[in-house]
Amino acid sequence: MSEAMHTTPAPDGGPAGPPVLPTPAETTKLGIWLWLASDCALFASLIATYLTLHGQTAGGPTAQQLFDLPLTLVSTFALLLSSVTMGVALEALQKDDIAALRRWLVVTALLGAIFVGLEIREFHHYTVSGLWFQRSDFASSFYVLVGFHGLHVSFGIAWILSLLIFTFRKPGGITRADHWRFEMMSLYWYFVDVVWVVIFTVIYLLGKVG
Amino acid sequence: MATLSERMPAALARRTAAEYGIWSWLTTVDHKRIGIMYLVSATIFFIFGGTEAFLMRLQLMRPENHIVSFQLFNQLFTMHGITMIFLAVMPLLIGYINVVMPLQIGARDVAYPRLNAVSLWLFFAGGLMLYSSWFLGGAPNAGWYNYAPINTGGVLNPGSDTLGISFYVLGLQIAGIGTLLSGINFTATILNLRAPGMSLMRMPLFVWTVLITSILIVFAFPPFTANLGLLMFDRLFNTGFFDPSKGGNALLWQQLFWIFGHPEVYILIMPAFGMISEVVPTFSRKPLFGYTTMVFAIIVIAFLAFMVWSHHMFTTGMGAVVNSVFAATSMAIAVPTGVKIFNWIATMWGGRIRYTTSMLFAIGFLFCFVIGGMSGVMLAAAPADYQFNDSYFLVAHIHYVLIGGSLFALFAGTYYWFPKMTGRLLSERLGKLNFWIVLIGFNVTFFPMHFLGIDGMPRRVATYPPGLGLSFWNFVSTIGVFILTAGILIFLYNLRDSLRNGEIAGPDPWDARTLEWSIPSPAPEYNFAQIPLVRGRDALWVEKQHGDGRMLPAQIVEQHGDHDADDHDAHQHHADRHLVHMPSPTPLPLILGAGAMVAGYAGLYRVWWLAILALVACFYGIFRLMYDRDPGYYVEPKGDVG
Ligand code: HEM
Ligand SMILES: [Cu+2]
Repeated sequence: MSEAMHTTPAPDGGPAGPPVLPTPAETTKLGIWLWLASDCALFASLIATYLTLHGQTAGGPTAQQLFDLPLTLVSTFALLLSSVTMGVALEALQKDDIAALRRWLVVTALLGAIFVGLEIREFHHYTVSGLWFQRSDFASSFYVLVGFHGLHVSFGIAWILSLLIFTFRKPGGITRADHWRFEMMSLYWYFVDVVWVVIFTVIYLLGKVG
Repeated sequence: MATLSERMPAALARRTAAEYGIWSWLTTVDHKRIGIMYLVSATIFFIFGGTEAFLMRLQLMRPENHIVSFQLFNQLFTMHGITMIFLAVMPLLIGYINVVMPLQIGARDVAYPRLNAVSLWLFFAGGLMLYSSWFLGGAPNAGWYNYAPINTGGVLNPGSDTLGISFYVLGLQIAGIGTLLSGINFTATILNLRAPGMSLMRMPLFVWTVLITSILIVFAFPPFTANLGLLMFDRLFNTGFFDPSKGGNALLWQQLFWIFGHPEVYILIMPAFGMISEVVPTFSRKPLFGYTTMVFAIIVIAFLAFMVWSHHMFTTGMGAVVNSVFAATSMAIAVPTGVKIFNWIATMWGGRIRYTTSMLFAIGFLFCFVIGGMSGVMLAAAPADYQFNDSYFLVAHIHYVLIGGSLFALFAGTYYWFPKMTGRLLSERLGKLNFWIVLIGFNVTFFPMHFLGIDGMPRRVATYPPGLGLSFWNFVSTIGVFILTAGILIFLYNLRDSLRNGEIAGPDPWDARTLEWSIPSPAPEYNFAQIPLVRGRDALWVEKQHGDGRMLPAQIVEQHGDHDADDHDAHQHHADRHLVHMPSPTPLPLILGAGAMVAGYAGLYRVWWLAILALVACFYGIFRLMYDRDPGYYVEPKGDVG
């Protein structure tokens, strides 16, 4: 296994290939990217469904009648803010300031919880105002799309909480070797935020305009 | 250096205790064992699907037959289609991908071994659930593509008021998520785990087709997931996404279905192309002709696969312009496909061909797939499709591409790779018999269906009256099924018999070209004692030509400070080349599969608390898998690289 062997030129003249293999952390990250790509396709399908069916109100309430933009703007703001606090948390991680990391993760999770809470409130409000899940195809496709996104945020919150527990339980404390766990979760969190921007535009903004 | 027993006594002791029992299979994360479990379970499902086909052909053997009721016939063709596509051919392909692909790229396993086990158990749970429908009120009955609005029940399809179609929805959802995870896993494996020196353009063609197939899976399965999710709401929660009487849109199901469905048929054929591309060069003793154009062709096919879905909907009234566009893109696929056919023929041209069973099936593949391809182009001509659509012509077409294509390639692959999995060769004598009887039976069964279709016999009919000129060819077709069945039984017998009595294969029985043949048969659990250095395309062949026929070990520079490196020394095999670090077995994937199944049944029977409980448990299991710190164990390879 001498050095000479490794540099043996390729008989077909092609590249000798990367001598450095990707680390397991890098490979895991690639998997998260692929998962998010497939999730994009899933959201795209649901958005297409909503766009196909949103006119079918079956005599029930319409988007213009129900949507309350200021309230949705508040929850949108909470979610966007959570992306910022997530960034701050990762910054703290880079500086090995675990206390700050925990603090900012809690803030991020709380902002996420506010978003989910407001969404539940919104769903409840619509339901009692006559737009229950089965009321019309507009209703069903709306609840499925927005609810599916809400579940994504909820999963993200659970993920953050699990990482918080991890910071306490990991023997030997958090080291460089654990950073990838936080980075991957943040990737997911940003993704969910970006999807919300699309949903907000397609459903709420365009819905209000008509 | 310390001896092995001083170093890792406890870990090694634990290993030898539980190496071969059934529990070691249920908890394994070894890609080869997972692959073999895919192959075994998919073969069982194939027998189920074949039995359903057999019953249908028995019914259609004579006019006015009443062996099965009309409702049962609907369930038979539906379950047959679903089984063959989702539970037989696709998992057979995934099985071979699992066994072969990591070996061909010189890796120790796939990128995420435990996720791989999750995929397996989700597939298995979904398949089991689907099949339990036969005993729980009746199987789904609306065809494999389950069109709206007959999939929502009511007057159009009284039969679907049973749970049948809900089984379709939840069973395929669970199995489908397993497939999606496989797609992610294989893509990451190929992109990141290739041995040093194996650039993309040095990958065996099979690996290329797996990469492209996996990317297709990653993007094509989500629309199906969404579609099934919407239908689940329609059936379990009384929404009306696909129910026009509630303002829903029945064509929406069709659109979402075929955005998935057309790439799906390429998912079924691409790895088959890859297998043929391994078998043909080996037995022609020539490198694959036009490697670069082959790679280019599969990329083009994959790209086009997403732009042709509406050719399944020519007759839904999309209009002449839309129809013409989709007819053109569909016919365009024939071009890269034709390129591949010519490349395979050119590979054989002037080669010293060895007519092994594997090679015979590859040649049979070329022959049958060309027929299927030509009837495909005929169907892509939108005006002609108004005549052929939903006739037996179509049934002939799909079986020429799926049996003559995918299944023949799987036969070729089985005869080729069986020794690598078991250490023994399949009997060539039985193999030849197997090939000729299957080839004859297949053509006698399906060629007459072209005539039946042109004579106007619709697909999915449970019987037909005498005197329409359909009786003769239907009779011939069923005779063909008897022959075909005999051929498949010979194959199954060959598998069982050769497992015990087959000739010992040795590492490289075919004098082949790729990395999997540089290691012993069956492949040891760690695959490669040392990661090989790849010095050209057809890595092993290069060493046979330019070296001493054995792979050189690569010197790997691994980055330190990566994850878990402080928990245990993941890179011990550097310091001591005779120890390979392996991930431990775990029952969690199996439990996850079971949990998904419980959630599925609970949803079906509307026991909501249980469904939610099971789902929460599944997510808990996922988190456990994420944080489970696996110390792994060490094995000492026997011998060095090869
Ligand atoms: C093993 C021998 C096989 C026989 C004898 C057979 C026979 C049949 C028959 C009789 C039908 C029903 C046609 C109709 O009534 O419309 C059918 C449908 C079908 N078969 Fe097969 N088949 C076989 C293997 C396969 C394989 C290997 C695949 C695919 C991977 C496959 C895929 C399908 C599909 C997708 C349908 C359409 C189901 C539907 O209408 O929803 N078959 N087959
Ligand atoms: Cu198609």
